[in-house]
Amino acid sequence: LSLSLVSDWSSDRNLIIEEQSFVPCEDLKFGRISFKGFNPEVEKLMILMNPREEEEGGEESRMQTDITDEEMALRYESLVGSMKKKFAKKRERAANEDNKNQNFSETITKRAFMKPQD
Amino acid sequence: FSSEDDDTISLTDHVKPEKVVCGPGLRRSGDRLVVCKSDVLRHKQPNMFWMESQQRRYVPAKGETIIGIVTVKSGDIFKVDCGGSEQASLSYLAFEGATKRNRPNVQVGDLVFAQFIIANKDMEPELVCMDSSGRANGMGVFGGGGLLFSVSLGLVRRLLSPHSEVLSDLQQLFPCELVVGMNGRLWVKSSRVQQTLVIANLLQSCDTMTAQQRRELFRRVAQGAL
Repeated sequence: LSLSLVSDWSSDRNLIIEEQSFVPCEDLKFGRISFKGFNPEVEKLMILMNPREEEEGGEESRMQTDITDEEMALRYESLVGSMKKKFAKKRERAANEDNKNQNFSETITKRAFMKPQD
Repeated sequence: FSSEDDDTISLTDHVKPEKVVCGPGLRRSGDRLVVCKSDVLRHKQPNMFWMESQQRRYVPAKGETIIGIVTVKSGDIFKVDCGGSEQASLSYLAFEGATKRNRPNVQVGDLVFAQFIIANKDMEPELVCMDSSGRANGMGVFGGGGLLFSVSLGLVRRLLSPHSEVLSDLQQLFPCELVVGMNGRLWVKSSRVQQTLVIANLLQSCDTMTAQQRRELFRRVAQGAL
């Protein structure tokens, strides 16, 4: 008896799949919801997590970004300046501080070791 | 007995070996499908069947996101009350960016939005607050300033269904934030306590109203009392 039961099951194992949750049956949406901009992070999550509706082809080809490209460009602009400042030597930093108010830059003469003439 | 749908080929014949997904309310017994809940049979293309039943008692199911209340904080795990027959366990490492040194800030009585990774009748259910790649995706501790209440499971499904009327009606009212747990728990927060209470009452009464009554009620609230 047990052998025949096993053979019955093996033919059906691939056929019937049991699913305990309602979520895939009814295509339920993400559980956190925000209206009228009450919580902007949740609204961003809603766009990310919910199954995407039909959109035009242009939208789909763009990658999922959290910040727009313009914001990224602005961020990079200031980033380059701050990184340069970080690695500038002390004298250059002082020179830049003086120049902040005037909009032209003076050439920075690098001090090197001068051999005594004797 | 087995359930059959008149439009499709009966599942008791072995003519077409197609894959079938049986959802909640249906169970496989041998090579037949058996109904184990009383209600309406639903079908979704191409091959999904389930019983759409109404109940208030939640049974944990793997992959569902729920609102849980932390009851015990012992050692490495938290015990979370999820509305089921026993408490679920939530490891402190199951949060985004949590390490042994960097423990998440979870206290007893906090509300967590988590999903089940283990939920069957033989084992204690387990929750996590991140997905398989380690990102939080909105899960984790939330709360502060809102109101938690419970509704029937049918209302929760109606709220989260793709073209939910209740949700679109609610959208017209006030700016607010909702967290919906599949265990029948809802958490609402709005800019004023009064608005929060109004929304909570509206949602609780949606359970027992027809669509027409509900639309009428929402319209009255939108025009008025506040």
